[in-house]
Amino acid sequence: MRTIKFLLQKEFRQIFRNRAILAMVMVMPVMQLLILPLAANYEVKNVNIAVIDNDHSSYSQKLISKITASGYFKLTGYDFSFKEAFKLIESDKADLILEIPHGFERNLVREDEQKLFIAVNAINGTKANLGGVYLTGIIKNFNADVRVQLVQPGKFNQQPTITIASSNWFNPYLNYHVFMVPGILAILVTMIGGFLTALNIVKEKEVGTIEQINVTPIKKHHFILGKLIPFWILGNVVFTLGLIVSWLIYGITPLGNILLLYAFIAVYLLAISGFGLLISTFCDTQQQAMFVMFFFMMVFILMGGLFTSIDSMPDWAKFVTKFNPVAYLIDVMRMIVLKGSGFKDIAKQLGTIGLFAVVLNSWAIINYKKTS
Amino acid sequence: MGETVIKTDKLTKRFGDFIAADEITFEVEKGEIFGFLGANGAGKTTAMRMLCGLSIPSSGSATIAGFDVYKQTEQIKRNIGYMSQKFSLYEDLTVIENIKFFGGIYGLTNLQIKTKSDELLHNLGLEQEAKKLVASLPLGWKQKLSFSVAVLHEPKIVFLDEPTGGVDPVTRRQFWDLIYNAADRGVTIFVTTHYMDEAEYCNRISLMVDGKIKALDTPRNLKNTFGVETMDEVFYKLARGAKRGD
Repeated sequence: MRTIKFLLQKEFRQIFRNRAILAMVMVMPVMQLLILPLAANYEVKNVNIAVIDNDHSSYSQKLISKITASGYFKLTGYDFSFKEAFKLIESDKADLILEIPHGFERNLVREDEQKLFIAVNAINGTKANLGGVYLTGIIKNFNADVRVQLVQPGKFNQQPTITIASSNWFNPYLNYHVFMVPGILAILVTMIGGFLTALNIVKEKEVGTIEQINVTPIKKHHFILGKLIPFWILGNVVFTLGLIVSWLIYGITPLGNILLLYAFIAVYLLAISGFGLLISTFCDTQQQAMFVMFFFMMVFILMGGLFTSIDSMPDWAKFVTKFNPVAYLIDVMRMIVLKGSGFKDIAKQLGTIGLFAVVLNSWAIINYKKTS
Repeated sequence: MGETVIKTDKLTKRFGDFIAADEITFEVEKGEIFGFLGANGAGKTTAMRMLCGLSIPSSGSATIAGFDVYKQTEQIKRNIGYMSQKFSLYEDLTVIENIKFFGGIYGLTNLQIKTKSDELLHNLGLEQEAKKLVASLPLGWKQKLSFSVAVLHEPKIVFLDEPTGGVDPVTRRQFWDLIYNAADRGVTIFVTTHYMDEAEYCNRISLMVDGKIKALDTPRNLKNTFGVETMDEVFYKLARGAKRGD
């Protein structure tokens, strides 16, 4: 135990002397939580649309004004030939082309049928897709309006319409902050716990100080614990800072038990720091450690369910996410913070992460070699 | 003859096809200052790392303070001090923090650490610098500090890998005073160097060429054997045929 005391003393002295790291630890959570939830938004706005109006009727005008009035679209071109409109797509000035055919109004009224043409620039997949969906929605709506105006409602409703009313539970206003903040908090904790520990031992290897440690009779698990504990504490500090920021700025407080949240974070930090330590026992330079960590972080975060739903991933990817600690954290964070889940609901995740912690740290201790 | 503290028999280290240390056999007695000489790349550091329990030999045998270099590396580490070629104290800790840290790691009591560090700072004349970061010290002082930290826990043997490389002559002299003091207390000194005047300070010298020990004797006997006046010439005669080097 005494050895660990000396190791911790040393480690904290070094951390507090490294101003850059300290600043990152304090500033990173605040800045990221302030900026990211405001900028990163799933809603697509400002879709540039070019309209080719071959009809010039009052209906086509109505449709266009309905589109522009929706707030999602910006009319960047009007009254071109398709060729010219396509040039707008090529020069990235338009994301969508809507072509209104000749005789749009007449056919709509007389023949009860009309075709519109939508061309989507799929370079920016999300924007184009959502833009297309919005546009279809607006046209449908327009169509329904027209029907009501034109067709006298008969005895029997010839076209039964199904109206869907959806209610969004746990985040009723589909507030993206509420959705993003717990996720960003999860990533922050992961970065601090994972990266700092990974780089720390490797730095000692690079500078050569580890040689002086390896020639002492120090126990391997003491050394690893001496590296694990400081960053575990630091991770908890960052998490607390993050919670305070999300409460002050976004008014988000965990719906569930905050102690349960801390308990999960405590185990999670052990797991992710253990992962960092394991990486560091494999690498000789900070550059290597950085790249390896980056590779895993990219996979962890992109497959963690923050940006895309895990449920919609292919089966093999779902299987991979079972080994992704970040996925468990994001899941549990949302459950406790937004849904108010209790211990029973997260017991499975807690157990799995606990297992990760034991395996990764033991592996790190075994793989750390004092004698080559 | 006193007790033997280092004993090696055909100790060998291979890295793939490369034989860094080739069947090294020698013995070192307690309290001896043993000079381990050789050109760059001769295999001195490799041999020394095996003796310190930092590297497992490929073949051969060796005991350090009675402990086996294969199985008892951790017991060896309890009984030795080591100062690597590259300065390896923590530059972002102060002088006193480094002393206390390594004292603590070796399991000294708080009282021992206190008296030892006072004594050490006094001997080195570093009282004024105790609270300065090690990074700010000149190289000569760093090396003296390094040595003092390596013998802080009163090891039986201390291994010094080119301790005076790049250090000015006055500081080198002071450094050797530290070595003599330690040897007087019964600490065995195992030292590598490129300075032939320092070689003269040693009780016995081994000279390594291309991974093999080519000569092993007192400085005086070596000079007589090769019929030359200085250690420089002995070194030159032996190391001239070296195929390895930088």
